[in-house]
Amino acid sequence: MYGKKVKFRALFIFLILVSIILAVILVVKSLEENVVYFKSPTDIRNLSEIKNSEKIRVGGMVKKDSIKINDKEIFFIITDFKNELLVTFNGSVPNLFEEGKGVVAEGKLRDKSFLTADKILAKHDENYMPPEVSEALKKN
Amino acid sequence: MSNYFGNYSLYFALIASLYLIIKSYLVSNKALKYLDKNFILITSIQTLMITISFISLVFAFIYSDFSNETVFNNSHTLKPMFYKISGSWGNHEGSLLLWLLVLSVFLFIFLLKSGSQNIKYRVLTLLFQQIIIAGFLIFILLTSNPFNMIFPIPSEGLGLNPILQDPALAIHPPILYLGYVGTSIIFSASLASLITGNIGEAWARHIKKWVLVSWIFLTIGILLGSIWAYYELGWGGFWFWDPVENVSLMPWFCLTALLHTVVVLERRNLFKEWTIILSITTFSLSMSGTFLVRSGILNSIHTFANDPSRGLFILSFLFILILMALTIFFFNQNKSKGAIKESFIFSKETAILVNNWFMMFFLSVVLVGTIYPIFLEVLNGSKISVGPPFYHNLLIPFLIPFLVFMSFGPSLKWIKDNVRKFEFDLFVIFLISILISYFILIKSEKSFLLSIPLIILSFYLLIITIKDFFSKKSYLSQKVSHFGFSLLILSILLNSLFSFEFNSNMKVGDQRVFNDKIIILKDVIVQDIDNYKSLKANFEIKNKNTTIPLTPEVRIYQQPFTITSEAAIKTTLLSDNFLVFNILKDDGYYNIRYQYKPLMIWIWMSTILISIGGVLSILRRNEKKY
Repeated sequence: MYGKKVKFRALFIFLILVSIILAVILVVKSLEENVVYFKSPTDIRNLSEIKNSEKIRVGGMVKKDSIKINDKEIFFIITDFKNELLVTFNGSVPNLFEEGKGVVAEGKLRDKSFLTADKILAKHDENYMPPEVSEALKKN
Repeated sequence: MSNYFGNYSLYFALIASLYLIIKSYLVSNKALKYLDKNFILITSIQTLMITISFISLVFAFIYSDFSNETVFNNSHTLKPMFYKISGSWGNHEGSLLLWLLVLSVFLFIFLLKSGSQNIKYRVLTLLFQQIIIAGFLIFILLTSNPFNMIFPIPSEGLGLNPILQDPALAIHPPILYLGYVGTSIIFSASLASLITGNIGEAWARHIKKWVLVSWIFLTIGILLGSIWAYYELGWGGFWFWDPVENVSLMPWFCLTALLHTVVVLERRNLFKEWTIILSITTFSLSMSGTFLVRSGILNSIHTFANDPSRGLFILSFLFILILMALTIFFFNQNKSKGAIKESFIFSKETAILVNNWFMMFFLSVVLVGTIYPIFLEVLNGSKISVGPPFYHNLLIPFLIPFLVFMSFGPSLKWIKDNVRKFEFDLFVIFLISILISYFILIKSEKSFLLSIPLIILSFYLLIITIKDFFSKKSYLSQKVSHFGFSLLILSILLNSLFSFEFNSNMKVGDQRVFNDKIIILKDVIVQDIDNYKSLKANFEIKNKNTTIPLTPEVRIYQQPFTITSEAAIKTTLLSDNFLVFNILKDDGYYNIRYQYKPLMIWIWMSTILISIGGVLSILRRNEKKY
């Protein structure tokens, strides 16, 4: 038989291992559920299926003359100059939200050409462009 | 002129640094009777040189010397004086110079204050700290020299990003850096004490001051950044789990763990290796924080510089430092072994260990969330971001056991405590907490399952920490910090539970009704001020019997062209009314966001309380032990 101390140590190490494994499983699972993918309007057009429950980010340019405003919502079109996506948004817009400028909208897809956004990402100055946007624009 | 001064004093500082590295390395193997006076002298000259360099940069900013590239890129003649000065560290080059200045000033103070310590230990600390200083000097001179000249001399500068022209943000970087850089001394001192084998009670007492200093500055630095984000970014929150914010939070978790561990080392001479590992980790996290913010790798709205060579340099330098630290650790970890002291499971030592586990878990979650997107992009090129739900899902459930432990852990005795029998007053406090929570939670509309135990427990902890003020079992510093922490948790919980927001697009004269409130946009006044054009909107928020006037502002800057929103915030002890508006297209609509945020001021106040606890601990003179 092992001594009391050894038994205790073994139990201690076992508990630590179990808690580490549990923590890893939790983290990985939570990552899977809460990761937001970034897509361009063209990527969305090429999707095979649309998950309505999944949040995504869409980046591109705000199309010229596309912003429409009413009391509650703002409508605009994100374009990567190949494909377009209509966005409806109820919330606060960043300071430099303008037609012809880069934008990132986060929300859920209704279909391949329609997104209900709950967040529009801010940028700090006019030269700054979210890296995703400049890349999405470069690709096309 | 000041360019030459600044530039050459940096070269002098580098020479001093290299000399000190070689010299201290050579003498570190000998038996030393006294510390070579030259070490302190040369370090003070080096500190002076770096100070001159920094002052030259500030002068170049004050006099708008546009022959200096950094000034040209980040300043403008029309900018208010205060922001000309703060602009000198509001950019990449200047902020690194500030890092360097703090590095050398801290080393200087360390040399002056460590007179009672082992000579060899002081020399080795000097050696390691000088290696870090030399690394930063080379980095600055090679990739980000703040004194690069341009010719022909431009007549006007490009201006500082107006969003950074803010009092809180002007002092945020220096304070945060004091915290980050303070960890460098802890790092150097830990390595030195590993080699000399003097890790023990006396060393713990000496290094604790440095841990406290870094921790206080880091706490205040994070607070300032958070306050700034609250009123300047216009999102109406105080924490967004943005990578740049996370990067400052990670060393904080580590430093908090270290702060508790060092106490065990001081009292019980335990956890030696763990203390050293924490010191190394804290510094690595602070360095990688700088690296991640400065490299542009992180996909954050806060990243400024985007020069990959800079990131690569800091990364390689960090790698070398960590490799060096680990090597020293593996070859020297047995030197400080003393007699093994016995501790029992139910003791303060265990309680602090449990605190450390929680800190490490919180740290790991934030670390994974922050760097996972980088890994995934490298692996398969997909671009992702990790949102707040990830952090909330993983952190909030673990707050429950954390709060439970925190309610009794700090009052346990060292070595061995008895498992308590049923204590009547604790039971009464628990009942009171349930009662208060019940009355609060029935008012909430969006209560979720976890919020019930969380609110009950944080009230319980709050009352316990208040009750502790009347006990004589611990230091005042600990009581204040722990009370501050429980107040912070409670304020954050209630804030998230009772906040609500309302978004709308309004024209002048419009009014909107929601819940029991009416928002009226009365008029918008346009004015030209200093270096921007101002649009002030007069809003009224009408309740049953109160009217709150709120005047948010939009500022349009021309150099560089930027629009910023200044939120209107009406703060009372109970809640904040927060309103921000934005210009939309020219058809008269303004985009508005109104938020009701309860207990905001208590989030700030409790964080200040937490750091006051740290200050009290530094100031404590009587060494009465509990």
